Amino acid sequence: MGKITGAQMLIKCLKEAGVEVIFGFPGGVVIPIYDALYDSDIRHILVRHEQGAAHAADGYARSTGKTGVCMATSGPGATNLITGIANAYMDSIPIVAITGQVSTHVIGTDAFQEADITGITAPITKHNYLIKDIKELPSVIKEAFYIAFTGRPGPVLIDIPVDISKGHIDENFKPEIALEGYKPTYKGNPRQIIQAVKKIQESKRPVIFAGGGVTSSGGSSVLTEFAQLSKIPVITSLTGKGTFPDTNSLCLGMAGMHGTKYANLAFTETDLIIAVGVRFDDRVTGKLSEFAKNAGVIHIDIDPAEIGKNIKVDIPIVGDAKSVLSDLKLKYEETAAKTGITDQKPWIEHVMELKKTCALKYNDTPGTLKPAYIIEKIYEITKGDAIICTEVGQHQMWTAQYYKFTKPRTLVSSGGLGTMGFGFPAAIGAKVGNPEKTVIDIAGDGSIQMNVQEFATAVANKIPVKIMVLNNGYLGMVRQWQEFFWNKRYSHTNIEGSVDFVKLVEAYGGQGFRVKEKSEVEAAIKEALAIDNLVLVDFWIDREENVYPMVPAGSAIDQMIECD
Amino acid sequence: MSSNHIISVLVENKSGVLAKIAGLFSRRGFNIESLAVGTTDDEKISRITLVVKAETHSIEQIVKQLHKLINVLKIQELDPSNIVERELVLIKVNSDNNTRAEILEIANIFRASIVDVAKKSLVIEITGTSRKVDGIEELLKPFGILELVRTGKIAITRGAKK
Repeated sequence: MGKITGAQMLIKCLKEAGVEVIFGFPGGVVIPIYDALYDSDIRHILVRHEQGAAHAADGYARSTGKTGVCMATSGPGATNLITGIANAYMDSIPIVAITGQVSTHVIGTDAFQEADITGITAPITKHNYLIKDIKELPSVIKEAFYIAFTGRPGPVLIDIPVDISKGHIDENFKPEIALEGYKPTYKGNPRQIIQAVKKIQESKRPVIFAGGGVTSSGGSSVLTEFAQLSKIPVITSLTGKGTFPDTNSLCLGMAGMHGTKYANLAFTETDLIIAVGVRFDDRVTGKLSEFAKNAGVIHIDIDPAEIGKNIKVDIPIVGDAKSVLSDLKLKYEETAAKTGITDQKPWIEHVMELKKTCALKYNDTPGTLKPAYIIEKIYEITKGDAIICTEVGQHQMWTAQYYKFTKPRTLVSSGGLGTMGFGFPAAIGAKVGNPEKTVIDIAGDGSIQMNVQEFATAVANKIPVKIMVLNNGYLGMVRQWQEFFWNKRYSHTNIEGSVDFVKLVEAYGGQGFRVKEKSEVEAAIKEALAIDNLVLVDFWIDREENVYPMVPAGSAIDQMIECD
Repeated sequence: MSSNHIISVLVENKSGVLAKIAGLFSRRGFNIESLAVGTTDDEKISRITLVVKAETHSIEQIVKQLHKLINVLKIQELDPSNIVERELVLIKVNSDNNTRAEILEIANIFRASIVDVAKKSLVIEITGTSRKVDGIEELLKPFGILELVRTGKIAITRGAKK
């Protein structure tokens, strides 16, 4: 049997795990791994900052449904991944992060570029490994991918000391997986499902609340079938956008702080929430004690720790969203045929009426360029077929409100962690994973500057992502809070004139144009999409436009500040 | 209402596991009152016994979070009425010719043993429930306790059930 190096074994295992692409940045202790990569057909995308690598792996995973992989060296390389790992953890995205580590015999001596990355990432990974024996390497790789992808997905970090990468191991060494303490439940308890159907049968005013868990389980079509069959309206979370089509008449859109008024009112009036793959985040519930006060709750989630964490649940069902929804649908059909369902028609009609009377609106004042208009145009031109990435802030909420997401995995947005600087590197990852699709990062002028160095990555690797900057010269979401709640004291939120974005993107080898007039919007978007290169469109929007409606932090979600 | 909960956790005996468990408690806002760790009859598995003060709802949540750690094999919240619990304590107490006899008498009553005798001090070893340990500590205080070390509570359920 031939011997190969640990680094070669790593690459071999990554191939076996189905890895097609790695987003990374080399450094001292990962040179052996990069050397092995040199002979491999795994694609490597060289980023310009490790944070970009982690976000790109995340964007790749969100948009493809596969596990994303990023790599960095020890110390600062590894710590630069942190924000990206935390971001993936909060939104349950499967990524595997591989970091180099100093040699095993110097671990703990404050060696050059040493950081205790497994210690640092313990709270923000689903699991992590520090490999201390080369014989562990094959099984660790196999386990890492299994853990990242199954159950409630999440990031897994593997820390590999340089002497392990340089060490030797039998080429045919067979990994053994032993995960005694990890057995996620996929199938929902049948008795609980019967109880749930009974509860739905008795309900007069039910709503479905669907989140990212539905998308990650692949349960979007079953959800749609169930909603169509039962005619129960569907509210989504931000990460649940696209899992149920915004264009479906039963869709109430997103609820919460910047949710639609009708979704928030439906939550307030409902008597039963059928929650699937959601975690009742505070941005959704507002003041917890006032949230859906009259509602019973059926909570379906693969993670038992989510059930009952934030709100009291009547019928918990631990299981995979797709599997449970399929069983629930079957049981519902059976029950409806046998004993009938309570008449929910008046409620559905009421909700449809709310949808009409409380529609989202903005004042399209002549002479101003409104962000909502731009997003509506992006939707029209892409026919909803693009992958839309966002940064975090006002532009993100406008996107969630005004772009109609009709397919799962078409919105790539940082939900739980709210990471500015996420969208553009994530768009790079999404485009690498979906080369045939149009990938657009809708950004703010604040966020885009946080990972602007990745312009180089996009150009050098010919990843033609489009960036639509909604430029208001402010850190707009914070400014909006300052306007509403802090007497318009705009402390450190004015960033007007930061940089000429058009020149900046051109300096990196991309193309850019500036749009100040409403009449130019459509042509600019079309032109941007037609160019086979990195393109940035710098839209100078109405500077003090706000996101409406808005529920002030800590208020009940039916207490909304609305557009005049 | 907060009360003490005894949680017994079986984990894989690997480096870093204890840190992950302790970290989980601290970042979810729990203070660990006592903690004892040791291998079981299977050397690949360790048992961690924790005493945590918390409300019942919070304990449910922390147990669920603990379950999510890959290296955690089994978790039991122990019912205080159905367990044998012990703690071992070493107490170094001031003593001289005038007080030694009285201290020995106290130790005797508590069935504690004297494991070191010096001119000006005694080291007493005592095993028992936390209440018993607190009792002897109270009685020894007037003599001047120089040092005190507790192992933290360990516990096992009664009867044949594992």
